[in-house]
Amino acid sequence: MSLITDSAERTLRVDYLARVEGEGAMYIKLSGNEVQDVRLRIYEPPRFFEAFLRGRAFTEVPDIAARICGICPIAYQTSGARAIEDACGVAIDDGPIRDLRRLIYCGEWIESHALHVYALHAPDFLGYQSMIELAADHPQVAEQGLALKKTGNRLVALIGGREIHPINMRVGGFYRVPSRTELLALRDPLQQALEQSLATVRFVAQLPMPDVTRDFEFVCLRDGELYPIDRGRIVSDRGLDIEPAQFARNIVEEHVQHSNALHARIRERGAYLTGPLARYNLCYDQLRPLAREAAAEVGLDRSCRNPFQSIIVRAVELVDACDEALELIERYEPPDRPALEVQPRRGVGHGVSEAPRGMLYHRYELDDDGTILDARIVPPTSQNQLAIEEDLRAVVDRYHDLDDEELGLRCEQAIRNHDPCISCATHFLQLTVEREDPSPVAAELG
Amino acid sequence: MAVAVKKPTLAVFKFASCDGCQLTLLDCEDELLAIAGRIEIANFLEASSAVGPGPYDIALVEGSITTAHDAERIRKVRAQSKMLITIGACATAGGIQALRNFADVDEFTRVVYASPDYISTLRTSTAISDHVPVDFELRGCPIDKRVLIEVVSSLLAGRGPRVRSHSVCVECKRRGTVCVMVSRGTPCLGPVTHAGCGALCPAYDRGCYGCFGPQETPRPQSLSTWLGLQDRDLVRLYRTFNANAKAFKEVSQAHEPHHR
Repeated sequence: MSLITDSAERTLRVDYLARVEGEGAMYIKLSGNEVQDVRLRIYEPPRFFEAFLRGRAFTEVPDIAARICGICPIAYQTSGARAIEDACGVAIDDGPIRDLRRLIYCGEWIESHALHVYALHAPDFLGYQSMIELAADHPQVAEQGLALKKTGNRLVALIGGREIHPINMRVGGFYRVPSRTELLALRDPLQQALEQSLATVRFVAQLPMPDVTRDFEFVCLRDGELYPIDRGRIVSDRGLDIEPAQFARNIVEEHVQHSNALHARIRERGAYLTGPLARYNLCYDQLRPLAREAAAEVGLDRSCRNPFQSIIVRAVELVDACDEALELIERYEPPDRPALEVQPRRGVGHGVSEAPRGMLYHRYELDDDGTILDARIVPPTSQNQLAIEEDLRAVVDRYHDLDDEELGLRCEQAIRNHDPCISCATHFLQLTVEREDPSPVAAELG
Repeated sequence: MAVAVKKPTLAVFKFASCDGCQLTLLDCEDELLAIAGRIEIANFLEASSAVGPGPYDIALVEGSITTAHDAERIRKVRAQSKMLITIGACATAGGIQALRNFADVDEFTRVVYASPDYISTLRTSTAISDHVPVDFELRGCPIDKRVLIEVVSSLLAGRGPRVRSHSVCVECKRRGTVCVMVSRGTPCLGPVTHAGCGALCPAYDRGCYGCFGPQETPRPQSLSTWLGLQDRDLVRLYRTFNANAKAFKEVSQAHEPHHR
């Protein structure tokens, strides 16, 4: 980190953010105790997914869209498949294929949340630079995190074929569905994962917690009776309640030069937050009883507006995902066919699901033969970018008495509150590198 | 000979990519802490904010080169690394983002960005080996965890990595999976695709889609005649995550209606 201090002006700069997925930088300028400028800069090169999806076959979406993100491929495959199904007049809203989709998605939540809680975020709270450092002092904590992550990955790999870029998800369902016996092999590991998740809630609840309250507009999916994962209406706590098809009419993206990014805002209102905090606040009533009890046991209020407490909410969602996965496995009967038949037709379709770090929107326009004419993908991190910058302002306002190093670390921790996935956001972000030269060779190599 | 006991250093560098291949290292849940005990992880930004200076004994490089800045950065990484290993299809073949190599990049930019003027990107996405010498290449989109562990362990043991270079077809036979092409007529790239995944797709009742790229001596033109697909679909089939790998690139161009 580069620290430049003078009596009136302070600049906090981190040129290469660590423990986030992808390449980003942070820049904060203060004058006295006043925040002058806050930027979460993203310089990861664009990869043009929306462009090269044009001209591809509608059946190729799950395989291609997965490659946007190695951390949450199931989210891309689910939102993508649902959008294509929607365009073709098919909806998988119940039954065993939907159950399997939720089950593999639970696996992704477990592995991604465990990774974030233990490897990316907890080290901040305890003053370590990595989980490996943390493991040297607290081996049982690191082992618990890795065990949880492994079970999530086993679930993804069992249904999907492998952990990263699973090969079994397709438009209409799956290529091959597991037998009951295959799934039952995961019952004991998931039972242990559930215990480990409960222990995780207790572990993160006693971490030293910075005290910042934010006036977020929360946005997430809301489904009939289930905690939001694979489908639902898009709702907020300020009156938004729309079908996925109305996403673009209500949420606009602006190409803002100073921040090097397209920012998503709710039309005429501004920044909003999607992700675990939003889901928890808007869908607390849909959490499974065990997850609500775990939250209550550690005194987590049902309304939670401290972004640093997102680590506790993630742990509560771990409990929820493990508990739901166990129920889905318990009642599983293989469907007659692994996939519904989906016939292409001309039209537009929308799909939204809840990636571990927030809402992920896909829209496709298809030709008669299923050739993709247009694609649009709005990942959670670009939706959260404005809210993250506003968080940084709030953190600096609250903690400007800290010295530059401490304040810089607190700001990095605040960015990681939202588990930003810069690789996801990138295909979408503008690239203008203003790279002030960081002196150490290692930093220069990125 | 007295040698100071010093753990070898490992660094992980990212270029244009999805982060999935470096995540594979963190997905080695059973081995990660053991590996960390044998190696000093000197630079791995996805996992640690501790950044140690080079030179590094082993550099794992993920991602392809798509900007002028990255073309420069990979040279610096090379200069700092004794052993440079590319991990995955992006670093080894240019990745899915190499689809731009077959298209008009200006148009691509206009499709995605409101203000295309701000975008600075190269017209191509290329493999690391197109820019600097590479000591070892790991195939796959994503790489396979077992292969990664084998390569890292072999380096620690001071021997060459044992990595198979035959086709997915051979892995399928070894696994005892019934051939999806023979039994059901499902198009499959297994006969021309590099091994490493364990023949996953046929085991899940679908054809291989070539995510490990071409094997050493592929004959894709010959395979094409057996797949029962139209030219347009053949172009799509070869042009995914390893579109810019030589054998797949050539065969896809041969199937284009207006062959360049």
